[in-house]
Amino acid sequence: MGKSINEIQEELIEEFGLFEDWADKYEYLIDLGKKLAPMSDAFKTEENVIKGCQSRVWLHAEKQGDLVVFQADSEAIIVKGMISMLIRVLSNHTPAEILAADLYFIEQIGMSQHLAQTRSNGLVSMVKQMQHYALAFS
Amino acid sequence: MTETLNIDQIRADFPVLHQQVNKAPLIYFDNAATTQKPKAVIDALSAYYEQDNANIHRGIHTLAERATTAYELTRKKLAAFLNAPSTDQIIFTSGTTAGINLVAQTFGRANVGKGDQIIVSNLEHHSNIVPWQMIAEEKGAEIKVIPVSDAGVLDIEAYKALLNPKVKLVAVNHVSNAIGTINPIVEIISLAHEVGAKVLIDGAQSVAHLAVDVQALDMDFFVFSAHKLFGPTGVGVLYGKRDLLESMPPYQGGGEMIKEVSFSGTTYNELPYKFEAGTPNIADVIAFGAALDYVQAIPSEALAAQEEALLAYATQKLQLIPGLRIVGTAPEKIAVISFVIDGVHPQDIGVLLDKFGIAIRTGHHCAQPLMQRYELVGTCRASFAFYNTFEEIDRFVLCLEKTLQMLG
Ligand SMILES: Cc1ncc(COP(=O)(O)O)c(C=O)c1O
Repeated sequence: MGKSINEIQEELIEEFGLFEDWADKYEYLIDLGKKLAPMSDAFKTEENVIKGCQSRVWLHAEKQGDLVVFQADSEAIIVKGMISMLIRVLSNHTPAEILAADLYFIEQIGMSQHLAQTRSNGLVSMVKQMQHYALAFS
Repeated sequence: MTETLNIDQIRADFPVLHQQVNKAPLIYFDNAATTQKPKAVIDALSAYYEQDNANIHRGIHTLAERATTAYELTRKKLAAFLNAPSTDQIIFTSGTTAGINLVAQTFGRANVGKGDQIIVSNLEHHSNIVPWQMIAEEKGAEIKVIPVSDAGVLDIEAYKALLNPKVKLVAVNHVSNAIGTINPIVEIISLAHEVGAKVLIDGAQSVAHLAVDVQALDMDFFVFSAHKLFGPTGVGVLYGKRDLLESMPPYQGGGEMIKEVSFSGTTYNELPYKFEAGTPNIADVIAFGAALDYVQAIPSEALAAQEEALLAYATQKLQLIPGLRIVGTAPEKIAVISFVIDGVHPQDIGVLLDKFGIAIRTGHHCAQPLMQRYELVGTCRASFAFYNTFEEIDRFVLCLEKTLQMLG
């Protein structure tokens, strides 16, 4: 049994709790971005591009057994860091778990500005798209 | 020697500049997107609502008269600002975009036909492309594009080759918002006139930096937005030659723009009201008058000198950053620097600079065809105004270096 979505969120909150100032937090985020498992080039297609992003973001999903597995990438490293967290939280869960998820960690770690519409970085669309996939697989 | 500006005193006039953003003093380098507003503009806005608010041109009561006079006073100031022959040729719109659409839907609709051509440049903002594409598609006309060099200069020889009697309109910006190039509009206009084409100049980025004399430049149409000239959002200006404006059909129908309405037929009002249907943005037009007073009170040579010095200083400092390339190096440019850095996405730079309290713009700057020309996903753009300082540039460069270290 893997960790639940909320257990992973708590882990992230704890990890980010170690940082006092924003620069350390962002360095960690950038690091997460750099360490994101590479997405296979075959999935970096036009259809997998998430619309409405200042930087291009690709998302691919597939079902492995009962679980939805995501792969994603972005040209921008901070977005990639955010993606890496979203994948860590949501990937390898059942469609029902993904659809029921409340992503409270984003606000708790002080990154909610990246989900604001004005950022036009498409993370909002990315979360929606992940949920669409979950719905399609359910 | 030209007078130098007292920057501290000027900065004191702009309340928004005095704040902390993300626990650092705000550095506002996004002036090409919109400029900040002096206290005089903010005060004019609240004074209007506190003392004079009324609908204009209709009421005979005192408040209506005060509001009408103040509204029309801005028109007079604008006619003087642009050296327009008459206030009738100053039409209020909601912004540059609205002005361009107005001309496309009236002049364009009446004068562009099947097989005709409209010329734009590769440097245009989307709002000086899409309205022409819409009318061209509707009429079966063609859009032709003036190419731009690697440095960001329009190719005038190629422009000459594009000109022919089928060209009905040339739509070009005075200054490029994405890379700051000042275009040779005198030449562009006179060449167009030789083949009988009219010219619309998008002055969104020029009015805050360059003097514009619509008669000396022989402008057919000139459009801009108040919010890029230290005025409020929601106000724009369309200047047009009288014969063109008179011969153009009206745009939107409604109150204000009519002389007489009956079910057997309606006659339209005279200029400029023919193009100002409905209750206009009275408060912001009046406050815009205060912005015009404010900028015109600053000695223009000193203002230009300050901006030039900021541009030169920032250009020199930025060029020292390894891997940084300035996009747009035209010999004639305003205080705008677009740049890219090897291996770094502009968005990452923008996000981190914001953490340092620094506001720049990243992305395609509503000029995707230009980004395509340079094969870029976007750039970082720092755009200055006369209230910016050399110390701000120092801190910007320092924070940019820190940002690159973090991303490195
Ligand atoms: C060159 C240029 N044209 C047109 C516009 C559109 O102006 P507005 O959004 O005020 O209508 C802008 C604004 O960014 C601009 O820079």
